Amino acid sequence: MNLPILTIIIFLPLIGVLFILLTKGDEKKVNQICFNVSLLTSFLVFILSLLLWSNFDPNSAEFQFIEEQPWIGNIIKYKVGVDGISILFVVLTSLIIPLCIIATSNSVKFRQKDFLIALLLMQTMMLGVFCSLDIFIFYLFFEAGLIPMFLIIGIWGGIRRVYSAFKFFLYTLFGSVFMLIAIIFIYLKAGTTDIQELLKFDIDAKYQYWLWLGFFTSFAVKTPMWPVHTWLPDAHVEAPTSGSVILAAILLKMAGYGFIRFSLGFFPVASYYFAPLIFTLSIIGIIYTSLVALMQKDMKKLIAYSSVAHMGFVTIGIFAFNSQGIEGSIFQMISHGIVSAALFLSVGVIYDRMHTREIADYGGVVNTMPKYSIFFMVFILASLGLPGTSGFIGEFLVLIGVFKVNYLVSLLAATGVVLSACYSLWLYRRVVFGEMTNDNVRSLKDINKFEVMTLLPLLILTIVLGIFPNIILDTISTSVENVVTIYNSKISLLNQTNIK
Amino acid sequence: MDNLNLIYPELFIGIFLMVLLIVGVFKKNSFNLISKFTALSLLVAIPMVYINDNVSVKLFSNNYIIDELSSFLKILILASSAFALFFTNQYIKDNKIDQFEYPILIMSAILGMFVMVSSNNLIGLYLGIELQSLSLYVLASLSRDSVKSTEAGVKYFVLGALSSGLLLYGCSLIYGFTGSTNYYIIAENFDSRNLGLLFGLVFILIGLAFKISAVPFHMWTPDVYEGAPTSVTAFFALAPKVAGFGAIIRILYVAFGNVFVEWQIILIFISVASMILGAVAAIGQTNIKRLMAYSSISHMGYGLAGLATGIDEGVSASILYIFLYVVMNIGSFVCILIMKRKNIYFENIRDLSGLSKNHPVIAFSFTVFLFSLAGIPPLAGFFAKFYIFMAVIKAELFALAVIGLVTSVISAFYYLKIIKIIYFDPEQEKFDSITSKGIKVSLTFSTLLILFYFLNPSILNYFVNIASKAVQ
Repeated sequence: MNLPILTIIIFLPLIGVLFILLTKGDEKKVNQICFNVSLLTSFLVFILSLLLWSNFDPNSAEFQFIEEQPWIGNIIKYKVGVDGISILFVVLTSLIIPLCIIATSNSVKFRQKDFLIALLLMQTMMLGVFCSLDIFIFYLFFEAGLIPMFLIIGIWGGIRRVYSAFKFFLYTLFGSVFMLIAIIFIYLKAGTTDIQELLKFDIDAKYQYWLWLGFFTSFAVKTPMWPVHTWLPDAHVEAPTSGSVILAAILLKMAGYGFIRFSLGFFPVASYYFAPLIFTLSIIGIIYTSLVALMQKDMKKLIAYSSVAHMGFVTIGIFAFNSQGIEGSIFQMISHGIVSAALFLSVGVIYDRMHTREIADYGGVVNTMPKYSIFFMVFILASLGLPGTSGFIGEFLVLIGVFKVNYLVSLLAATGVVLSACYSLWLYRRVVFGEMTNDNVRSLKDINKFEVMTLLPLLILTIVLGIFPNIILDTISTSVENVVTIYNSKISLLNQTNIK
Repeated sequence: MDNLNLIYPELFIGIFLMVLLIVGVFKKNSFNLISKFTALSLLVAIPMVYINDNVSVKLFSNNYIIDELSSFLKILILASSAFALFFTNQYIKDNKIDQFEYPILIMSAILGMFVMVSSNNLIGLYLGIELQSLSLYVLASLSRDSVKSTEAGVKYFVLGALSSGLLLYGCSLIYGFTGSTNYYIIAENFDSRNLGLLFGLVFILIGLAFKISAVPFHMWTPDVYEGAPTSVTAFFALAPKVAGFGAIIRILYVAFGNVFVEWQIILIFISVASMILGAVAAIGQTNIKRLMAYSSISHMGYGLAGLATGIDEGVSASILYIFLYVVMNIGSFVCILIMKRKNIYFENIRDLSGLSKNHPVIAFSFTVFLFSLAGIPPLAGFFAKFYIFMAVIKAELFALAVIGLVTSVISAFYYLKIIKIIYFDPEQEKFDSITSKGIKVSLTFSTLLILFYFLNPSILNYFVNIASKAVQ
């Protein structure tokens, strides 16, 4: 196939943006047209990404669908391609965005046109991050995504939106500048910014530590890891539903992806050296944020803290350096992308009706919204990792992977699973069951067809992936094996030279 | 005298300037006419400079140089001044300061700048700087009835005269110890063990740092930016910075090229101080012109960081930076000049509140410039910073790179503050609709350039690299 399919996938949303910009006329009509156009483009992207997945050869660890164009001088190129690690994030991104667009019809009440533009821009940036095979391009997409997200939180957010938007922007920017220094340094040392070549290139061990830390500051903020996670609850709470969904489902995954691709791939020695640091921070993150989540009175904040805990599993799994751990991490990221998106959408459903996120204002929702309660239950169970749902597979694989390396870490991480059951089930009990104390709950209407349209695909995926995890594992296993083999060979080489 | 054709641009501007002055004196209410002719002559001068683009010639016994660097900077000076004339025209008329001296003073300042970027001699440099500065002092107090404007002019003049004095003292020290004012001979005779020469070097650097408003010689900038009429402030932010940079590049890399180690540390200090002060002091500002003053201080810091590396990449990165800085500032000042309601101009950043609803296109452009000034990809400002830091890291000045990037995050804060006011705050009364063509053209041009620079960065880099080769 000679079609530049990845370029089309990445930049198709921009054509949607162009179209939206050109529509003029009566406001209501324009909004309707814009909605349809953006839904169509994002759906088209989704179809294309499925096509990409079906043409993807899972038995090869090489990058596929590579496209290359010279860009700045002779060295920095526009180069895109996917392998087993990145392709599923492309599919995930293109799956989530149409759902976000459908969700806007209920949650965004003003300036819909601008919101859709921001969403589509965001999509291009996120797809670009996962597809780019040049660290400079990667950085460009990684950072450019800040602009639309800043506007999404700031314009359509809640009461403390300005504070949250600033915190989000400045935290992420601060982390990223160190990555930029590291990228420039790599470029000057290796003479290339091509990821494929850099993966083969051995960066001198004495530089690796600093470079690793440069990338780490950026990814740690984005993941987010304790203690730099504080922007996330604020951003999540204040962002509109679609914004929270994008944040939780995709933006956080950029960091996990970055850890696997760059930290492990470029700096194996430093990754090996710093693994205890990652484990410590992740364990503190898992336990601490789970306890914090227990105390939350705000539903969105609770889910935000649970995201931090779940991402803790991801980082632990990656730095276990074995195939179970990394496969588990990727699976956990995909699953968390689906489940957390679904949870935020579910919270959005009742928020749009009641305009409050306080848990105390609810109770007895099951009486008026039985269908909704079923949806919400499945997602809550998936979030706490019940076998049969997608949440289980990821956590289980991660724990196996870590157990091989360090049983103490896996023991402590496992307490996180228990704690997540505590806060999730307690949240569900307080919102859905119990007495109907608030009169507004009595007059609630059950979910409408738009909401079913957004939640149903996620529900199906949660269960299907829980029962047939091989859909995902088959695609990623070869690439992950490859990453692990290269990593092991580099580490054993290092050990040999040390012995000599 | 065979090579006289090479200084045709200077001669042309000089003669035209005098002709227009005579016309202005004898003809009443001639602002419109003279302003148009000035703009026209600037545009005519651009191709005249461009014809000489590929030569590198030393004139007047090595005391005046026409090379790729000077041509590039001259074209930048001409183009930015022409833009400034175009988009400030409306402002000048609205505020009834449409005296014919305005375009003429700008033209004489440009002549001074030409001498600054081409001079290969301390005397020539000093004359260029003085011609430029004296015109700028008068321009700052152009609005004669306003106390603020007059104050700005006097402040600028007193401090500027002091710095010129220091510069001249430095020149005399250098002349005394090396026996010449020509850069080449200075370079030959410069002995870094001689304390007098080092003092001379420091004094010259102080004088030049003052002209581009680098910390710690920046004190005049916020007051002058705020006090001067906005049209003049816009001009201050553009061409004089380019000329100052040109002079610094030439004197450091030609006259003092052999004693790089002596001035590198000074330049690093000035650069770091400018970046930090520009970033921190701007946070509390509410007047947008004052804010732009601090912003330009911090941008000068980034520009100097490139020069402090002492490598070829650093020089070309600095030239590229100054180019993109000029384009971003053209855009930003156009947006500032749009802030008028019923012919009264506003300067507080709170007046921008809700701009995105009333004027979505202007709001978008302004946001593009602000994000670009903050250095967020994929806008041009990011690439400008990227090249600077690439050079800085290549020269292994890691501390400078870290400080620079951290301060760029701090300065992102106040740019975001403006964006917040534009996009997140409730709307106010609409601004007057734009009638001036100059504003429309300038805004479109600069927005497109900043927004789509990333599509093909190589074109501009090509010219910049040629320009920077001249001093290597």
